Amino acid sequence: MLADVLIVLVKVVLTLIWTLLLALFLTWVERKESAVLQDRIGANRASVFGLRVFGLFQPFADAIKMLFKEDFAPSFSQRFLHWLAPAMSFFFVAVTMVAVPFGDAVRLFGRRIPLQVVDLNAALLFMLAMLSLGIYGILIGGWASRSRFALIGSLRGAAQLISYEVALGISLVGLIMVFPSLRLSKIVEFQGGMLFGFLPKWGIFLQPLGFAVFFLAGLAETKRTPFDMPEGESEIIGFYTEYGGLKFGLFMFTDFLEVILLSALATTLFFGGWQVPWLGAGGFVFPWGGNLKFAPWAVTVLQVLSFNLKVFFFCWLQILFRWTYPRFRYDQVMDFGWKVLVPLGVVNILATGLILAAR
Amino acid sequence: MLKGWLVLKELLRGAAITARHFFVNMTFHTLNLFGVRTKRRGAVTIQYPEERKELSPRHRSLHRVLSREDGKPRCVACMLCVTVCPSECLSVEAAEDDDPEVQKYAARFVVDLNRCCFCGFCVEACPVDAIRMDTGEIRLTAEARAGLELPLEKR
Repeated sequence: MLADVLIVLVKVVLTLIWTLLLALFLTWVERKESAVLQDRIGANRASVFGLRVFGLFQPFADAIKMLFKEDFAPSFSQRFLHWLAPAMSFFFVAVTMVAVPFGDAVRLFGRRIPLQVVDLNAALLFMLAMLSLGIYGILIGGWASRSRFALIGSLRGAAQLISYEVALGISLVGLIMVFPSLRLSKIVEFQGGMLFGFLPKWGIFLQPLGFAVFFLAGLAETKRTPFDMPEGESEIIGFYTEYGGLKFGLFMFTDFLEVILLSALATTLFFGGWQVPWLGAGGFVFPWGGNLKFAPWAVTVLQVLSFNLKVFFFCWLQILFRWTYPRFRYDQVMDFGWKVLVPLGVVNILATGLILAAR
Repeated sequence: MLKGWLVLKELLRGAAITARHFFVNMTFHTLNLFGVRTKRRGAVTIQYPEERKELSPRHRSLHRVLSREDGKPRCVACMLCVTVCPSECLSVEAAEDDDPEVQKYAARFVVDLNRCCFCGFCVEACPVDAIRMDTGEIRLTAEARAGLELPLEKR
């Protein structure tokens, strides 16, 4: 009993550290990647004892600056709600990470420990639900500020996020039809199989259209630049107009957490999660014959590495999109969500159903 | 429908361009990091305080007042520069020179850099080529306004 509690505690702490460190690191990656793809160099001045390391200390310098800024709330704001909003939006994104499987279950001291904080049987629904709850952070933040611009931003945000949640949900229905489970660990296990004997049975190969709809809707859910209606820096500043210091920092951090979450979800659902192509419990078994034996611990390390690599790739891709595309107009955002993504999602469901029935 | 596909194609092309820049620049950055010299660098920017770009020979920077061979200022206090200056930043005080050939010289020659707009009219107006703006000094800062009122003979 005590051991179980301890194991869960350790997993919670490790997951939290992984998520927060990755988010902190992503602020640096965003600055550097945007710089490199614009032929610049990017933040490289922050140093500790003259050691610059490509500006890798920049996130820590930013964090220290945020921490020591004045905790300001305008006199006309609703104090409690104004304080609650960033905490809420941060919490609901961070808590979603508990359902993400980082690797296959490992055997340690005769116990079977899944590398996942909780193996919920409706993990997919749980994640979608938590993502929806994240909207409340935006809404409350804008409303409690009692500022017009903040209110406009938060209402835009609510409208956009609720619209794209429809597309996000619909895009996953096809996936649930193919992998008949809502349990993320099961979905990843299903993807260990083979298609036509050589292709890994990843969601992207079974549901290409579903992935496109899911990823685009997910991009809109992260409310970063091509879809940054709630923020709209150049016109209304958005729902965090009246925020500063650490509370603003939390909102920013939530954005990066959402990037990580979308990457983790895309990896888990469509790119085989921790699966390495052709890697089984005993080692690689290649379809062209021949195999490569690995010790169980090496297999686990490879699987966790594979998961991380895929997550990094999607984070990279999202930052690339964020620095490539200008912002959509508001009506374009709504059109794209309701007139393109939702119909495509429905088409995907119908096509999947037809193929499954014909098989 | 067709329009949608065209938009999608252009969006993908845009992402391909930025991705190409990313990978090409990253290749050069990595090569330079490991000491491989390449014709191109990964970035077009320079690291300013450490690296400087060479100023153009025509660049107008901080003023200087030239002197004759015997060390006296060339300025004959004709006040042409003071007259032509659009921002009224020059102030020259004339004094009588012992040399009858020269008659006047500038006892005080102050440029108020708070006001100077670096138009270079003073240089153009000077009949004896006494003032030039070719020092190459572009970092003109001071803690207080008084620090930018420069008596130029001290330079």
